[in-house]
This record gives sequence, structure tokens and C-alpha cells, in this order.
Amino acid sequence: MSQLIAQLPALQVVVPLLGAVLVAFCRGGRTAYFVSLLVSLLMPVVSGLLLWQAIIAGPISYHLGGWQPPWGIEYHIDVFNGLVLMMVSAVGALVMPFAWRSVADEIDEDKQAWFYCMYLLCLTGLLGIAATGDAFNAFVFLEISSLSAYVLIALGRDRRALLAAFRYLIMGTIGATFYVIGIGLLYVVTGSLNIVDIGSRIAGAAAVYPHAVIAALAFITVGLGLKLALFPLHVWLPNAYTYAPSVVTAFMAATATKVAIYLLARFAFGVFGQAFDFRTLPVADIILVLSVAAMFVAAFVAISETDLKRMLAYSSVSQIGYITLGIGIANKPGLTGSIVHLVNHAMMKGALFLALGAVVYRIGSARLSDLAGIGRRMPWTMTAFTIAGFGLIGTPGTVGFISKWYLVAGAFAAGQWVLVFLIVGSSLLALVYVGRAVEVIWFRDTGPAAARATDPPPSMLAPILLLMAAVVYFGVETSLTAGIAERAAALLLGGLP
Amino acid sequence: MSTIASPAGLILLALAVPFAASAVIPLFRRRPNLREAVTLIAAAVLFALVLAIAGPVMGDARPQWAGIQVLPGVAIAFQVEPLGMLFALVASALWIVNSIYSIGYMRANDEPRQTGYYVCFALALGSTIGIAFSANLFTMFLFYEALTLSTFPLVTHHRDAEAMRSGRLYLLLLLGSSLLLFLPAIIITFMLAGTVRFEPGGILAGTGGTLLAVLLGLYVFGIGKAAVMPLHRWLPAAMVAPTPVSALLHAVAVVKAGVFCVVKIVVYVFGLETLAAAGANDWLVYVGSASLLLASCIALTRDNLKARLAYSTISQLAYIVVGAALANATSIAGSGLHIATHAVGKITLFFCAGAIYTALHKTEISDMAGIGRKMPVTMTAFLIGSLSIIGLPPFAGTWSKWVLALGALDAGYVSVVAVLMISSLLNVAYLLPIVARAFFLPLPEPSAGAAKLQEAPAPCLVALCVTAALCIVLFFQAGVIENLLAGIFASPSSTG
Repeated sequence: MSQLIAQLPALQVVVPLLGAVLVAFCRGGRTAYFVSLLVSLLMPVVSGLLLWQAIIAGPISYHLGGWQPPWGIEYHIDVFNGLVLMMVSAVGALVMPFAWRSVADEIDEDKQAWFYCMYLLCLTGLLGIAATGDAFNAFVFLEISSLSAYVLIALGRDRRALLAAFRYLIMGTIGATFYVIGIGLLYVVTGSLNIVDIGSRIAGAAAVYPHAVIAALAFITVGLGLKLALFPLHVWLPNAYTYAPSVVTAFMAATATKVAIYLLARFAFGVFGQAFDFRTLPVADIILVLSVAAMFVAAFVAISETDLKRMLAYSSVSQIGYITLGIGIANKPGLTGSIVHLVNHAMMKGALFLALGAVVYRIGSARLSDLAGIGRRMPWTMTAFTIAGFGLIGTPGTVGFISKWYLVAGAFAAGQWVLVFLIVGSSLLALVYVGRAVEVIWFRDTGPAAARATDPPPSMLAPILLLMAAVVYFGVETSLTAGIAERAAALLLGGLP
Repeated sequence: MSTIASPAGLILLALAVPFAASAVIPLFRRRPNLREAVTLIAAAVLFALVLAIAGPVMGDARPQWAGIQVLPGVAIAFQVEPLGMLFALVASALWIVNSIYSIGYMRANDEPRQTGYYVCFALALGSTIGIAFSANLFTMFLFYEALTLSTFPLVTHHRDAEAMRSGRLYLLLLLGSSLLLFLPAIIITFMLAGTVRFEPGGILAGTGGTLLAVLLGLYVFGIGKAAVMPLHRWLPAAMVAPTPVSALLHAVAVVKAGVFCVVKIVVYVFGLETLAAAGANDWLVYVGSASLLLASCIALTRDNLKARLAYSTISQLAYIVVGAALANATSIAGSGLHIATHAVGKITLFFCAGAIYTALHKTEISDMAGIGRKMPVTMTAFLIGSLSIIGLPPFAGTWSKWVLALGALDAGYVSVVAVLMISSLLNVAYLLPIVARAFFLPLPEPSAGAAKLQEAPAPCLVALCVTAALCIVLFFQAGVIENLLAGIFASPSSTG
């Protein structure tokens, strides 16, 4: 048993990978589904154990194939990526029960096994990025998750999904290339690919090759900025989320961008933060400005969207702005807010996109005009939608409030009064776009499209309600989210306040 | 059993009753009589529980429930102190009367969606009690937002274009101001003081005067429910709601929640000494006074009865804000007293406005000539409510204005005393003509012959007589409230 425990970091990545291979040999969607379900349900157990160990006993270092770091690939799991692993695998496990009917409804029968194979590969990639402590290995997983994500998006039944996937492919590839150029530069100046090791060598390297290190920082920030949809590099995201199958949208919105943000934070503080005070670099200011721009511009666009899936996609860009904002503020409360919002936003957007998935399953549309009065027809689904929507606004009693609390505290501690009001100002825009949807859903007379809808079957409703419960539960009991996020922030910042 | 009877148990039970009622009411949606019985029982039980808590609070105890920690130093917790006690008493007592009135009004006007109406009402009352009993800023904020959200369906009850437009304004101004100003104020307070608990004497001692003044501004304008100008627009807009909503929520629970939060924050977060010593409150005295006079002037110009009453409410709320801004023990007592006296006076006026609408379908004051002959009871109650608002003995409003004026003198603001006097004159000018028109002008020609009695349904009539009577009772019993409020500055003993 302890043998197995010791292998957990590898299992976290290998199990879904093997699952994907197994599913690739499946003909029918049914077998493929059950393999994927099994793997997906197993993953939170593994990451739960890992996170628990990281909390109790400190960082776990796993040497792949027994090779010593920095030469071999190391899986380095501390509270920060432990939390990210937990979030990714939990979302993966929650969308799977939902997927059964939704995928059967939205994807051709002969492509369903293929879909699950790609889904498991994507999960592998995301978990791998979070688990690995090796910069190049992270690139490999980044590509695995991205390539499978292109396929997943292209499987959307709307033909525009193809174009959206293609656009994502182009931009994602540019992002990955930039990232790998940055890694290459770092390798040249430090001679290492292990993130911890680079961190320990970079101060020396920066003294000798300051321009190369700054260039590496620029390449990595822009490369990951593309992946995480940092404004204005977000243009691939709205269409990708809108036309992808419902399950994919929910899964990717909750996890894919978050893992890239994780990697950015890791580089910003774990690597470059060792050479410079991150806050004194222009990149911190640039991130702040772009984050604020994202929070406002994307929210304004969200207000004007008439398709709810698209509205939520823009809302995601806006919410990603909150997360990167905390990285830019770069003090303990700010970074805590950033990390906790990583998790909290996954819950909220997971619930929102799954609820919309249920709507699409019932009425085949997510256009606002088709949803008039649907609240009375799908009361549970729409209650979840509404509560998760309140989370986006940041009403107290939901997880969104907790994120906002830390971010505002961070901005205030940094002496940035303007930022304080920009953060809360953006939630006012969320109030407008969520409020508009809630008004149509609950306060209009039921339209013809919504008239025959009902709540979806339990396998779809249960994940939605669980996520809704999480939005409220973790809005009140925060030791597992904000508590861990605070430790992660302290870890990233080292001795800084 | 001992846990239920303990102070913490009573507090939680008092909170649970309205929320439980809101869960039970939909079960009886096909049996209106049972459904209304649930509301009435819940209201009565709530009032009994609040009374049970009031005993110890009068004896300088501070019943509390330690609560659940949400973030380090931030918890959902309850502690009952005199101001909150008074507010809870006022809200829960008037909920009983208002429920009786609601039954008459909603049925006589054949309103749709009555089940949802009673559900939201119970939720709103639960939120109000949560605000009243909150032990810290976070809990207060939580229930403050819950109150906004639970009253939104009541404001938009008619679901037509005008109701939805008003509802949007209501939500945007209340939720918006709270998110934009109130929330940062709380977080900044937390960062400065390291706590958000309400403590006697405040938690912000040692903070600079400018920062205090800015923070006070964030609170006063962040608490949009207090309707300090220019954040008052939501209140007239909310008048599209059925009249019982305007009566209990937009003359008592919601608006009083706003001013209550302001007073409580001034007393327990800033601390009177801290605030007055720093001079951080001066600006609010002037802004409050301006709001007080301006709203009264606007009230004069409104012909729609509910709109006039709404502006009158804005003006009367400013009394309470000014009382808080004066920041001395007397003025705070005046503010507390005014929360109670204005509540009974204004709810009477709204009940009358609703009764007139129900019986005669009139909403404009200019159409109300001679209606005193058809509705003598209603218009007599209206006269009593008006006199109480104006502040003439033997009606309750006398005392609160008296104590507020004393507080102004204590603080050395003779100008505020003048403002109070002018405002009383304005009150006379916008309230008494309505009564005079009703009693002294003849009915319009066509119906002149048929000046027979045409009062609103009995439940409405009973309710407005009760509140009118309360206006007189409170004049003679104001000492009880003053004793309760004196406890704010007594040294409290906590009991958990």
C-alpha cells in the first residue's frame, strides 16, 4: 500500500494516459464511456491523497524512472499544484456523469469513443502540467492538452466549431512556441530544465545575462498569456467555448485556462521571482493593466451578447482578469485571492456551463430569447444557474465573495486605491449581465421554446447541483479553499509579505 | 431543551422562523387560508421570540451566538445589542400588523402570484432580523444583500414593463452601491482594524481623520438603503410594488435596515469619540441636512400619494442619518427613537394610501377631494400618522424630534435645530393638505349624492387602526425605548 502511495504522482498522470490508450481501442461509445468514467472518478482520489500529503508533510518530490533531478524529470507537488490537481480532477469527475447523455445527444455515435479518448488525453495533459516540476515536460503536456482540446472543440455540432478550433490551434501553437523559446533561453543561461533548479540558478544567470533572462520572461509570459486567454490574447476563447460540445465547454472553462495560469504563477514567482522582486518588473504593471482591461472590456462585451454560452465565455475572459490581477498585485492577500479564484471560478463556471448544457440538451439552444421563463420549467437547473451567477457578482455567501475579499484586501495592502474600486466596479458589470439573464429566465412569461422543457435526468442534474452546493459551501467554509490558497501564496512569495 | 432556551438558541430560532415559513408557505399554495395562517403564525412566533430576547437585553446582557468562521477574523455571528433589539422589535411587531393588512389588500385587489409574495415577504423579514442581530460587518453585509435580493421579486410583483424597469433601478442602485462602496469599506476596515466585529467604542481608534471621513462616506453611500441623496432614486421607483410592500419594506424594514446599519456602524465601528474627535462626521451633518430638506421640498411637488410618502420617507431617513452624524449619545438615542416612531407613523400613512387605492382606486392626491366622507376611519388614521410624522404631541414623533434636537445642541449645531424646525413646517405643508382636502372639500359632482361609507376591507382597516393607535401609545411609552437605547452606552455583559 505504501508502495502505491509513493507512486501517486506518477499515477495521477499515467492512469488517464493509459485510459486514453485503452479507449482508443474501443469501438463503441459505451465501453469508452465507462473506462473514462472510471478513470475520471479515480483521479480526485489520487489528487486528494496527494494534496493531503503535501499539506501534512510538505512538498512531494517524485523522480520519474528513478533519475535524480535536475537531470531526470521530477514531479514536484506542493500545496499550490496539489490544489490545482484537486480542482482539475474534481471537475473532470463531475462532468463525466453529465457527459453520458449530453455527448450522446450532441456527438455522432461513431465519434463518441474518439471523443472520450480525446477527453482523457486532455485530462492527462492538464494534470501533467500541474504535476510536473520540469519546464520542458510541462511543454509536452501543454501540447497534449492543447492538441486534444482542438479535437474536442472541433467535435461541436455547429460547423463553426471547426473554424473556432482552427483559430485556437493557430493561436495555441504560437503560444506553445513562445513558451518553448522561453524555456530554451532559460536552459541556455541556467543549464537546467527543472523549475526549482532554474529558480535556484537564475539569480546568478541574470547577473551575467540579464537580457536573455528578461527575454525568457517575456516569451513565457506572452506564450502562457495566449494559453490562458489573457486580454488581448483571448480572441480564440469566445468562439471555442461557444461552439464546443457542452461538456467540453464546461470542462475547459473550469480547468484549461486555469492550468496555464498556474504555470504562469509558478514561473513568475518560483523562477523569475528568485532573480528579481516580481513587483518591481514592468511585467507586473503590464499584467495589472491587461487584467483590468480584461475585467472591463470582456464584461462589457458579455453584457451585449445574446447567446448565453457566448456571454459566459466573455465572462470567463473577464474573470481570468481577476485571477491574473492577483498575480500582478503580487502580495500575499492578492495572490491568495488569485489562487482561490482559480478554484472558485472553476466551481461557478462549471455550474453555469453545465446548467446551460442541460438547457441545450432540453431545448437545443442557449439563446437568451429562447430562455424566457425557463426558470419555472427547469427550476433546479436554473436555481443552480442563478446561484452560480450570484457567485460571479460576488454576493456574500458565495465563493465569488471570498475571491473578491482577498483581491480587494490585496489591492488595499498594496496602496492601490484605484484598483480597489476597479475590482468592485467590474462586479457591477457582472451584476448587469447576470441580472439580465436572471430576469429573462425567471421574470418573463414562458416562451414557446422553453414551454416543454423540464429539469434534466438525475445523471445530469446531480453534477450541476453538486457544483451549486460547492459554490455556497465554499463561500462559507473556506479553510479548504482560501486556507490552502493562503499557504500556496505564502509558498510562492517566499519571505515577501 | 436548555440549548433552545439559551440566548444563542433563541437568536437562531428567531432567524429560522421566517426562513422556515418561506419554505412552508409554497406547500399551501392551493389553500390560501392555510397559507396566510402560516405567515401569521410565523409573524406571531417571531415577535414572541424577539420579545423573549428583549428581556435580557434590557438587563444589559448581550445574547450572542459565536457562529461559523468564514475567513480568519471574519465570521457569520450574531450578537444582540440595544439598537438591533429595537430594530428587530419594530420589524417583527409590524410584520404581524402588515400581514393582516396584506391579506385584505392582496385579496381585495385580486393580485396575482400571492404565494410568491408571501414567500418573499418571509425571506425579507428573516434577512431583516439577520441584519438586526448581526455581530459583525460581514454578517450584516450578508443579510443586507439577502434583503435586497428577496425584495426584488416584490418590487417587480406586477411583472409589467414599468415594474421591471423600476426593479432594475432598485437592484442596480442597492446592489451596485453596496458592491461598489460598502464592500470595499468593510474590507478596508478589516485591513485597518484586523477585525470586523462590532465593539462598544468602535474598532477604528487611531485611524487618521481624513481616512475616517472617506470611510464614513463609503459606508453612508454604500448603504444605499439609507437613501441619502443622491442615492435615493430607488425608493420612489420601488413604489410600483403592491402597497403592503411599500408599507412594511419601503417604510420600515428595508429603509430602516439602511439607517440602522449607518447608526450601528457609527456607534460600533467608528466609535462616537473617535469620530467626533477627528471631526470626520461634520460633512455628513451637512449632507444629511441637505438631503433632509431637499427631499421634503420634492415631496411637496408630488401629486401621487405614494410618491409623496416616499420622498417624505427619504427626508425622515435623513433625520436618522443626521442623528448618527452628530455622534453623541443623545443624538444616537434620537436616531434610535426615530427608527421606531417614524416606522409606526409612516406605515400608517402607507396603509391608508393602500386602503384608498383598494376602496376607491385613487392614487393621485388631486383626486382625493372629499374622500374623508367616504373613508372617515382611514382618513382619521391618516391624520394621526401625519401629526406623528410632523412631530406634534401627543403623537410618537414628538419625542424623536425632541431628542434629536437636544442631540444637535449637545454637538453644538444650532443650525441643525433650525433645519429640524423648517423640516417640520415642510411636513405640515405636504401632509396636512391631503387631510384637509379629504375632509373639507366636497366630493366631485357626479358622486356627490352618493357620499356613503366606502371603507377598505376589514383586515386593512384593523391594521391601520392598530398602527395609528401605536402612534399614540409610543408617545406615552417612549421611556421604555429610551431605557433600552441607554443600554448602548452601559457596560455590557456578554452571555453566550
